[in-house]
Amino acid sequence: MVMNGVLDARVPDGTMANKWTDHKFSMKLVNPNNKRRFEIIVVGTGLAGASAAASLSELGYRVKAFTFHDSPRRAHSIAAQGGINAAKNYTNDGDSVHRLFYDTVKGGDYRSREANVHRLAEVSLNIIDQCAAQGVPFAREYGGLLDNRSFGGAQVSRTFYARGQTGQQLLLGAYQALAKQVAAGGVELYTRTEMLDLITKDGRACGIVTRDLVSGEIEAHTAHAVVLATGGYGNVYYLSTNAMACNVTAAWRAHRRGAFFANACYTQIHPTCIPASDEFQSKLTLMSESLRNDGRIWVPSQMDDARPAGQIPEPERDYYLERKYPAFGNLVPRDVASRNAKTVVDQGKGVGPLRNGVYLDFSEVIGREGKDAVAAKYGNLFDMYERITGENPYAGPMRIYPATHYTMGGLWVDYHLMTTVPGCYSIGEANFSDHGANRLGASALMQGLADGYFVLPYTIGDDLAARLGEPVVPTDDPVCSQAVAEVTDATERFLSIGGTRSVDWFHRELGKIVWDYIGMERTSAGLEKALSEIPALEAEFWADLRVPGSGANLNQSLEKAGRVADFFELATLMARDALVREESCGGHFRAEHQTPEGEAQRDDENFAHVAAWEWHDTDTVQTRHTEELSFDEVALTQRSYK
Amino acid sequence: MSGTNGQSQHNGQSQHNGQSQHNGQSQQSQSGTLNLTLRIWRQDGPDAKGGFVTFDAPGVSEDMSFLELLDIINERLIDEGGVPIEFDHDCREGICGTCSLMINGRAHGHEVATTTCQLHMRKFSDGDVITVEPFRAKAFPVVRDLVVDRSSFDRIIEAGGYISVNTGAVGDANLTPVPKEASDTSFDAAACIGCGACVAACPNSAAQLFTSAKLAHLNLIPQGQPQRWERTESMVETMEQFFGSCTNHGECTEACPKEISLDFIAFMNRDYVKAKIKNRKLAGQN
Ligand SMILES: Cc1cc2nc3c(=O)[nH]c(=O)nc-3n(C[C@H](O)[C@H](O)[C@H](O)COP(=O)(O)OP(=O)(O)OC[C@H]3O[C@@H](n4cnc5c(N)ncnc54)[C@H](O)[C@@H]3O)c2cc1C
Ligand code: SF4
Ligand code: FES
Repeated sequence: MVMNGVLDARVPDGTMANKWTDHKFSMKLVNPNNKRRFEIIVVGTGLAGASAAASLSELGYRVKAFTFHDSPRRAHSIAAQGGINAAKNYTNDGDSVHRLFYDTVKGGDYRSREANVHRLAEVSLNIIDQCAAQGVPFAREYGGLLDNRSFGGAQVSRTFYARGQTGQQLLLGAYQALAKQVAAGGVELYTRTEMLDLITKDGRACGIVTRDLVSGEIEAHTAHAVVLATGGYGNVYYLSTNAMACNVTAAWRAHRRGAFFANACYTQIHPTCIPASDEFQSKLTLMSESLRNDGRIWVPSQMDDARPAGQIPEPERDYYLERKYPAFGNLVPRDVASRNAKTVVDQGKGVGPLRNGVYLDFSEVIGREGKDAVAAKYGNLFDMYERITGENPYAGPMRIYPATHYTMGGLWVDYHLMTTVPGCYSIGEANFSDHGANRLGASALMQGLADGYFVLPYTIGDDLAARLGEPVVPTDDPVCSQAVAEVTDATERFLSIGGTRSVDWFHRELGKIVWDYIGMERTSAGLEKALSEIPALEAEFWADLRVPGSGANLNQSLEKAGRVADFFELATLMARDALVREESCGGHFRAEHQTPEGEAQRDDENFAHVAAWEWHDTDTVQTRHTEELSFDEVALTQRSYK
Repeated sequence: MSGTNGQSQHNGQSQHNGQSQHNGQSQQSQSGTLNLTLRIWRQDGPDAKGGFVTFDAPGVSEDMSFLELLDIINERLIDEGGVPIEFDHDCREGICGTCSLMINGRAHGHEVATTTCQLHMRKFSDGDVITVEPFRAKAFPVVRDLVVDRSSFDRIIEAGGYISVNTGAVGDANLTPVPKEASDTSFDAAACIGCGACVAACPNSAAQLFTSAKLAHLNLIPQGQPQRWERTESMVETMEQFFGSCTNHGECTEACPKEISLDFIAFMNRDYVKAKIKNRKLAGQN
């Protein structure tokens, strides 16, 4: 919350190890019988939203849950492949809450709030218990106990997984818990319903405006609190590994109503995705990080070498990661692997028909262990690669290239997961909280479920307890009719521009700018350029957009128009945030700030803080507020992978 | 698909760095192109009369996915002042179960174990005429064009497709070992993505494959035992309210992108018979 103009993260006192436990005891409680006198709106039914809605309803709160999908089971969480971390130490290899906490703070390049991360590591234990009890089919050993693996370069095996579909299985668990509450009458579920505005009264969140995507009806819903669990904004790049419908709209509309937006420039680019094949590529597919355990990454040493991979002799190949990072080789962290791929492709050494990839070569491991052994490990990934590209990765190397994957930035929240608008909370990828400047593999699923199952259900009660007896703002209150009228006008506006270009066209063009200038490597000149090109394209959008059809039925162009309009404003903020942050950290690499070896150079003196931006109006630049970060438990050090 | 809209003219104009993931025209894909004709079902709303509209699709890249082809047709429609075709999709990775479509009469098209979003144009031949329709079933009413309403699946889950454990009410996960074999079979069932292809492919529009997959996932593991019989009766009977009955054609498993096995239907049928007896006993009626 904002107290006298200062961001107060409401981090409780006490030792790191006891903060959360003590705080749970000191928070005010709502008595079980009184919980049903409170209504809570949860927007989003992915891992974070479904787990929160189910848990809040089990506690007795009356919950309304919204999703633009046709079923909660379709949320983008479903696509997570790799796994979910937890400090169970089932493998007896030295893991602990403290180690997971430590790894997450360090992995985030010292740009996260220690207290939040510690709590995350603590509740990670409960998540696995909860999910296993729900019937999530985690991988098991022959003795029937849970299996773990090491993921993303972690030195301990703490990742729980469910074949290559961990996200789907966890989401089904949360969705089924939600379905149980829907059946019991505790949750009212609105599908194919999109939130288009946050309603506030006297500075407090009191509801949302939604559009029924099938009937086009725009209406207000009110409650005592609003929870936004609406996912990340990676689709601002147009091409990303995110599902097509992922967007920033709910968070952005809340931002425009007073919620500060934090660290917009922290985005994660995943190194191993299948490169685009043509201009009409609509999304990029992730190939699991685990492939880097056995695959060797290389490009031809010469520029513009058009020979097929098999005809390029060993001495004319550059295994650039192995050459530059002898200790870690192909297993360097995501940001390092991604940036190096960009460097070689920029040098004209890219491979494939569009020269937009690097090779990931399995010939050595196939030679050493045999094709069958490799198929046993990676068979499904190899099949997927072949299905998409038509190329057989057993016969020749795969082509990969980095793609946007995750956004660490998001709505600023305090320790209670409340935004700067009292009564409005944000959980899951939509908030900025736990990953600092870089998220570790298998930690997003953990955070979404931590927020939804084990943090928000406690913290929200502390806030609501003081409001017992307060009625919900009626939906015919002037604040509601005003907000509904504004959304109705905005919808009409898109339909009436009557220009010549489709929404997708603008989205693609915007994506190119964001990718080129606010992607893997940023420079002040590039960011300045973005800050002039984005508004120019945005002006063209408002003048030349064509949205066919009407607002009175299913109209996906209309839905996308609202989302892309918000992406324009977000992209501008990303550029601004990246420009002010004169350092490199995690996913934010400013070319001006690198070590002599070309690694990210942090500036802890000046930038060990969160940047949280406050909206004023469309014509005024947001104000940058800061939340200072202190590192009491994990000493600040420079990462090195040589 | 060349020269059909302003889109393609613009490709070469990108002023940004050449290494962009969105490459310009200067570097053409080496793979081939196809000239296709599409007959696509258009329907304004649930009660409107629908019909086929024919679209020419020249110069389709073999590397494109089926949904990217629809994207292009839509771009062209918008350019020409038409209204784009509505179709459901999201992940485009074969996991969310949102995409659908009957392609030449087959749910998700002719490729085995493949969702529409993962179907690539190289699986078609030059000159093909491709018919595209929505999934058809009484329980899946058309919303618009190719979009159908599959919420009847959610009703089946709400009828008991869950394990009742409130958040926080459980002990350590490893206190309940699950035999690996049970766990693996349960997983085979849990792989269902809820797409509804099984229903669309079935001559009776039955939902046995989906329901049995959801039910077996939970009924096969220790955690699912306490509610096993109650769940079975309730899910099966809710299914019967919406869907037709199974006459063992097996079309469902042929169409299923996750190759869910017919064995689960047999398992569900056995469990249903047992459930009827046990539930009656439990209710003191026996
Ligand atoms: C390909 C891929 C693989 C990944 N693999 C892993 C992994 O192995 N491990 C890991 O930890 N993480 C992984 N991640 C990241 C992780 O999956 C996501 O960060 C996480 O699932 C996000 O969950 P969420 O609940 O916050 O949001 P989402 O799952 O995106 O859910 C958002 C919800 O909000 C709804 N919504 C959004 N806006 C609105 C609106 N305006 N109105 C109404 N509803 C709205 C949507 O309908 C949806 O229900 C992966 C991500 C990708 C892209
Ligand atoms: S059983 Fe197969 S076809 Fe049916 S809904 Fe599940 S995944 Fe789709
Ligand atoms: S779009 Fe997700 S399965 Fe096809």
